[in-house]
Amino acid sequence: MNFSIVIDNIPLLLDGLWVTLHLISLSLVLGFMLALPLALIRHFKVPVANQLIWGFTYFFRSTPLILQIYLIYYGTGQFSWIRDSWMWVILEKAYLCGLIAFTLNTAAYTTEIFRNALDTMRKNEIEAAIAFGMSTWKAYTRIVIPNSLRRSIPPYSNEVIFLLHSSSIASAITITELTGAARYLYSKYYDPFTPFLAVSLVYLVIVFLLTYIFKLLERRFLSYLSINHESTKKLGDFGNP
Amino acid sequence: MKKFVLLAMAFSFAFSLSAKEWKKIRIGTEGAYPPFNFVDKDGKLVGLEIDFAKALCAELKVTCTFHAQDWDGIIPALLAKKYDVIIASLSITDDRKKTIEFSMPYYTTPNRFVVHKTSPCGLGTEPNGLTTKTIGVQKATVSENFIVENYKKSGIKSYVTIEEAFLDLKAKRVDLVFNDALSSSNGFLNTPAGKDFNFIGKEYTDPKWFGIGIGAGVRKSDKDLKKLLDKGIKALYSNGKFKKIADSYFPNTDIMISKK
Repeated sequence: MNFSIVIDNIPLLLDGLWVTLHLISLSLVLGFMLALPLALIRHFKVPVANQLIWGFTYFFRSTPLILQIYLIYYGTGQFSWIRDSWMWVILEKAYLCGLIAFTLNTAAYTTEIFRNALDTMRKNEIEAAIAFGMSTWKAYTRIVIPNSLRRSIPPYSNEVIFLLHSSSIASAITITELTGAARYLYSKYYDPFTPFLAVSLVYLVIVFLLTYIFKLLERRFLSYLSINHESTKKLGDFGNP
Repeated sequence: MKKFVLLAMAFSFAFSLSAKEWKKIRIGTEGAYPPFNFVDKDGKLVGLEIDFAKALCAELKVTCTFHAQDWDGIIPALLAKKYDVIIASLSITDDRKKTIEFSMPYYTTPNRFVVHKTSPCGLGTEPNGLTTKTIGVQKATVSENFIVENYKKSGIKSYVTIEEAFLDLKAKRVDLVFNDALSSSNGFLNTPAGKDFNFIGKEYTDPKWFGIGIGAGVRKSDKDLKKLLDKGIKALYSNGKFKKIADSYFPNTDIMISKK
């Protein structure tokens, strides 16, 4: 245990932390924007597109993320027709390859989270919306999608934390993120314990903050599902499964 | 109580004595550094250093087992007692000597830059000529230290294995790769993948950066093992067995440590 290793290399670790944070937040935003329409297509079982998206989510959810990163980074570099095309402007950069891999990966998981929420929407809420004279479009934009998104918060918070942890493999394609910086110190000073413990603490703090934010979101958006909520008290078990 | 402590000390002393007779040696290697140590198509560890290690074990009449370990953890895993010896083209440097003990060197090679044949590196390989270039190196190597300290203005990308650095050289994500010259020629330049590439610039051998050669690494507490390995290496050098192994891999290049 030699904490001077960590203290002497604070700038390196901060750089790593910064890379981790913007890589992950950008992937999450892009993945979220991708996942919403894909989930709706899956929910409405749009022919052909539904099967294609199923294939996409199946592939990205059933193969290890490290393979996806290797395929996108080293895999694409093998083909001269890719290297000679406009795609190479993007694929040449390790950071953008990592961003693509993380975005597609989180989009696949998030699509299935949203689709599941949409599919398990309670019928009586839709019936109530239609009874109010809403069109399908209105019922979806006002009731079904907001409600599904609210109910997706708990599984989505897991996905965010998983993606944060997965980002540690970005160093496999020369992106020095937080874990990569710790690995560098580990091989430079031959001390695995101090740097890895230090970055573990940083991950702990990030996850603590994330959990707190999601707790607040749940309190704000999901309290109506809580058994202590006044509306459910009045309704008894009517509104809840 | 005192008696008990004495007894315990006697036991531990006896135990440590018996532990010093090396009958079994666990060897750690990388397995991704052709032709020195790599995994063949059957998934077996092979290469010059694997042959050398086997000959060494036969010479010392000990049984050896091999353990593959990612390069950047190769010294930490030794310290964590995952194996007893590193035989993995580990350069003997003052920096590493602070942490581990080395056997006598058993081979030596220069380091060189590799570029695409058509690459216009007209300014040579001095730091000032490469400020606009990106150099690929392997993580936690003497080559990386040298490049990171001396080519501060160039782009530097560090790879987990040297094979990945060559993949990116082919893919043009890096302009040059700096690496052990024999590893580069046999692992890349002499293969179909490397036909459009060649060496550029001089051979880098400054002991300040690259050490005095390649040695076997052991823990500082295992001085007896270092002596044993030295004995074995000397024997393999004097009976010609090491030369035979080296010649079978590099018929045209001398990698032997010259006698001074």
